[in-house]
Amino acid sequence: MAELNTDHESHKLGMHTEQLSGRTQQVFFSPSADENFTYPYAIDVDFAKEAEFDAAAMEISDINLKIRELMKEGHGTITIKNPSAKHSLGVGILNRLNLKFEGSLGYFGCGLVDGPNIHITGRVGWSCAENMMSGTIVIEKNAGSTFGAAMRGGDLVCKGDVGSRTGIDQKGGTIIVGGRAGAFSGFMMQRGRMIILGDAGKNLGDSMYDGTIYVGGKIEDLGVDAVEGEINDVEAQWLETKLALYGMKAPNGVKNLTKIVAGKQLWNYDNLEPSEKKLVL
Amino acid sequence: MCGIAGLIHRGNSADIGSQMTSMLQALKHRGPDSTGFALYGSGKNQDYVMRFKVAEQEDLATGFDIQHAIKDRQATVDSRLEEMGVSITSKEQATEYALRYRIAFDGDLKRVIDYVEDVDGVEVLSIGHALELIKDLGDATVVSNQYSLSGFDGTHAIGHTRMATESDVDIRSAHPYWAYPFNDVSVVHNGQLTNYWTNRRDLERRGHRFMSDCDSELIAVYIANRIERGDDLHTAMSRSVDELDGVFTYLVATADSLGMAKDVMAAKPMVLYESDDLIALASEEVAIRSIFPHEIDTFDPYEGEVRVWQS
Repeated sequence: MAELNTDHESHKLGMHTEQLSGRTQQVFFSPSADENFTYPYAIDVDFAKEAEFDAAAMEISDINLKIRELMKEGHGTITIKNPSAKHSLGVGILNRLNLKFEGSLGYFGCGLVDGPNIHITGRVGWSCAENMMSGTIVIEKNAGSTFGAAMRGGDLVCKGDVGSRTGIDQKGGTIIVGGRAGAFSGFMMQRGRMIILGDAGKNLGDSMYDGTIYVGGKIEDLGVDAVEGEINDVEAQWLETKLALYGMKAPNGVKNLTKIVAGKQLWNYDNLEPSEKKLVL
Repeated sequence: MCGIAGLIHRGNSADIGSQMTSMLQALKHRGPDSTGFALYGSGKNQDYVMRFKVAEQEDLATGFDIQHAIKDRQATVDSRLEEMGVSITSKEQATEYALRYRIAFDGDLKRVIDYVEDVDGVEVLSIGHALELIKDLGDATVVSNQYSLSGFDGTHAIGHTRMATESDVDIRSAHPYWAYPFNDVSVVHNGQLTNYWTNRRDLERRGHRFMSDCDSELIAVYIANRIERGDDLHTAMSRSVDELDGVFTYLVATADSLGMAKDVMAAKPMVLYESDDLIALASEEVAIRSIFPHEIDTFDPYEGEVRVWQS
């Protein structure tokens, strides 16, 4: 748990304006800190130990089981050929792993992951990386709607266009979109950052509680309670560094991105998880 | 949930019967109740193809009398066509209850259709120079085999796999819907319309007929009404995005074009592949992949988007 003081660096980024306390708050973002995560019972994999298989004729569950089998054998780098837009591939991986899909994924790809670095050379369908906890996912082409829904941590990158409701209910982490994002992106966003280098559709950030959205192109219109903010130097430095990690650039420089934040305190977070609340009451 | 798919070959033709079967079979998990095809043949001639049914599939289990009723209904249809001056150039029995006639006629087709459909249990599924509309209970492979769709040479097609939510599991409620009384216009839809009855009452007052209680039929009738009032296809579809409430993605096909429209919330999926010679689109990319052996680039159309392609 991070220190819950009021002069944390994240406040300079305008990312947390409320007084944070209690277990419901995530670890503070810090641009200088190492992202050091662990997961209990993680499989000890060796990134230098590589494996590859063709998924063209395989069922979805068999593909996901094969990934686990290879991890148990110590393979830390796995390449899957011909995923053929099948649904629910690469889900529930709670481990360090370099995973590459040579092709496209269908719906619900890479959901519920915590730790892996995933590279997809094609496109992803709806609900990619739903509830992602940590790690990185990089998609070379386009993505469907509800991209990164309820995401809590890590970096989710799409180099092409994404559909509507991108980052709906986002609770942490960073979503980066190289192209355009559809309507209702950032709907009910609660934490984290979203960088859209192209245009954004209507109702951007509608009913967002917190978090920050940066847009490089035109914004069709803003949703209820979403307002423009100002980018400070710390933010600019972070944006530059983060985009450079993925070989991306803001079209007119990071200082010219439009920053969108919540204009009204819509949240009323409790200090306790619901389970704890029951005990107290 | 339902799954929809469409494809259009630009400047050439192909075995669209097999292609659409493959696409719809890949979407079976989205709706196993019934499957429908609207196939547009490449042969252009002055004859019309009329597809119609004289009973529901489920009627066959109701007793021996239905067999007699089917024969009687077909005979009545034949006599009424003759009475209206329609020349039947060929007859095919697709199933026990579904028929395909090739007819020649140069008068008011709407009057003919109304007279034919006045026969109890008879519904005209489609009429057109290019359109052949086939729909029945079962998955794509079952329906395709039942109606021998493999090898159907054509330029474009739309199809539907249905999960019944708003109305019964029967052929009447299956998609595609033909945009009566317009030749060669058909519609498939995924979603729910929330101002169905308001629009239906309005369209019925204007003289349009509804054969089911399925909200998807409204789109076909709506498009027919707009075309009747002078809109081109793109204009009619753009207007529908504003005037139809609910969540929907739908496809429309005419004799030489294919269109898609998505509601302003973009709440229903659609994946699109576009190349110089072929457009393919479906509720899920797996359907498009089923007809491509190699990697392809696809994308999602955006909210409120309307597109129309020519064959």
